[in-house]
Amino acid sequence: MTATVETVRDALELDKIESHLHPEGSFDVEAHEVPTGREEIWRFTPLKRLKGLHSDVELVAGPLSVTFDLPDGVRNPVVEGDSLKGVSGYVPTDRIAARALAAAPSTNTITIPADTVVDRPIAVTVRGDGGGQAIAQHLVVTAEPHSKATVVFRFAGSATLADVIEIVVGDGAQLTVVNIDDWDDDAVRVGHRYVSVGRDASFKHIDITFGGDVVRNDTTATYAGPGGEAEMLGLYFADAGQHIEHRLFVDHTAPKTKSNVVYKGALQGEGAHTVWIGNVLIRKVAEGIETYEENRNLVLTDGCQADSVPNLEIETGEIEGAGHASATGRFDDEQLFYLRSRGVPEAEARRLVVHGFFNDLIRQIHVPELEEELFATVEAELAKNVLKAN
Amino acid sequence: MSTLEIKDLKVSVETEDGPKEILKGVTLTIGDGETHAIMGPNGSGKSTLAYSIAGHPKYTITGGSVTLDGEDLLDMTVDERARAGLFLAMQYPVEVPGVSVANFLRTAKTAIDGEAPKLRTWVKDVNGALERLNLDPSFSQRSVNEGFSGGEKKRHEMAQLELLDPKVAVLDETDSGLDIDALKIVSEGINRFREREGKGVLLITHYTRILRYVQPDRVHVFVDGRVAESGGAELAEELEANGYDRFIKAAAV
Ligand SMILES: Nc1ncnc2c1ncn2[C@@H]1O[C@H](COP(=O)(O)OP(=O)(O)OP(=O)(O)O)[C@@H](O)[C@H]1O
Ligand SMILES: [Mg+2]
Repeated sequence: MTATVETVRDALELDKIESHLHPEGSFDVEAHEVPTGREEIWRFTPLKRLKGLHSDVELVAGPLSVTFDLPDGVRNPVVEGDSLKGVSGYVPTDRIAARALAAAPSTNTITIPADTVVDRPIAVTVRGDGGGQAIAQHLVVTAEPHSKATVVFRFAGSATLADVIEIVVGDGAQLTVVNIDDWDDDAVRVGHRYVSVGRDASFKHIDITFGGDVVRNDTTATYAGPGGEAEMLGLYFADAGQHIEHRLFVDHTAPKTKSNVVYKGALQGEGAHTVWIGNVLIRKVAEGIETYEENRNLVLTDGCQADSVPNLEIETGEIEGAGHASATGRFDDEQLFYLRSRGVPEAEARRLVVHGFFNDLIRQIHVPELEEELFATVEAELAKNVLKAN
Repeated sequence: MSTLEIKDLKVSVETEDGPKEILKGVTLTIGDGETHAIMGPNGSGKSTLAYSIAGHPKYTITGGSVTLDGEDLLDMTVDERARAGLFLAMQYPVEVPGVSVANFLRTAKTAIDGEAPKLRTWVKDVNGALERLNLDPSFSQRSVNEGFSGGEKKRHEMAQLELLDPKVAVLDETDSGLDIDALKIVSEGINRFREREGKGVLLITHYTRILRYVQPDRVHVFVDGRVAESGGAELAEELEANGYDRFIKAAAV
């Protein structure tokens, strides 16, 4: 009996949420109303701090320095005009994305040729110079079939940026994309990443967020064929007054696909706010898929807020596995007591616990240079607060 | 030298209906090099005694004193007590995800000695301690207590005892939940510690069986937050034969 009731309820909920997960997309800016903050997709975002990105502030192409460090064989022509906008299948579903695409005069591209293994990371550094104008940017990364590469995006400096990064992972390709938001304190970024994962392809996203006043990143993964895998790992550290928002959407559009989403964050200082929305949709065609999503937050001081909303929608009964977990906690007194009872001073014990919290995530990254950098960054964040206490 | 002196210790915990007194005046002296066993029924306050000595924030000391070689432990922070030479093996060791046993042990050793251990000998020491407690060397790469079985957690506590080399060890039911082989391994660990010069042991237990392997100098029966009776090893034998009934009844009057 209960089962029937559940099914009926789920079916009803699906209809409702289906529309929320799939708002009608459009490239036409005017098809997207200026958000008021009451909309489901905007309700956590401090619109007032977006410097007009969501409404009508003029978007220009620069000044923004974008530098590429390209290993041999990787191509990166700039393509003028609109021809690549939506090349991955992406259609903007909110006003900022539509505005970014409409305003960007050209598209920066990175293409890894078919059957090519690129043995050192492709590095892209995007740096804002603090000039007051709001900037639009469009970028396309294409990993052609059976190629293998790692792309590291590093965002730094000061800017107000609305950007769209489309990623096409060809059949059988293996692509790792690292995104590091390490902005100055006054930066605002609203980013959209849209990934199409090819047949038997694997995509790994490592999403690191430390700096900036407001960083809101939407990341969507879809599957262009069966057998694709998406692993999406995130690590963020919000300080006083910072807003860091991640909106993940994995759309299982093909059978036998896999997704694994794990985001971990720490918060410290008055007004630190993080948001994690984890939407997963398993479509009717997507039989035999596996999905897992997890978000954990560690609140280090008073005055912080962590919002965490996992949401799993299943339209087929034929799945291998589906799970989610979400937890937000403070320092565990028992852990601290245990470490201190072994002589470890309090600040050092806190430090160990925070590193421990992030460590199992960092260990899954498998990009050695980055693992060390992250350890150091966590250490630097801790020095601002936790290690200063007492 | 190591003398742990507990005098008229009174401890309460915060409950919904206000503070509740758990320890009602405990007096106990563990002299240099001595091993004392504390035996008592469930809920009599044994863990409360152990945690209070170690400084767990949940417990409020309302009276009495605890000194280690004359130094006031109650005036110290949790980590200061450890650095003063106190070690508590916990009844339920805590999991610390993402912190490897190797890192944990090195951090603790460094804190207690005031300097980092010499790398070469330290690795040998750690591997030796793990091996003597029948823990595979791969344990040093695992997260502290995470996914350890109950018995592995207890043996890991004993490995720490061996490596951190405190003056006084309070062992809270280190014997419970162990099969007979593990019990022997843990007992040997305790005995190796006792063989060192001037080490004190407060062995808290529910059962007499560990006392076959670790002979105590004194046995205290603990009932309702107090030492009900103290004696030699023969007291343990009486408990083995007759249980706690006599003491519980006496405490109830
Ligand atoms: N927060 C609390 N609120 C109320 N009572 C408490 C609280 N914490 C502990 N107690 C009580 O204190 C008493 C002593 O507990 P303690 O854990 O010290 O006993 P123990 O002798 O170690 O028992 P065991 O043999 O089960 O380990 C118990 O009756 C317990 O219920
Ligand atoms: Mg107990």
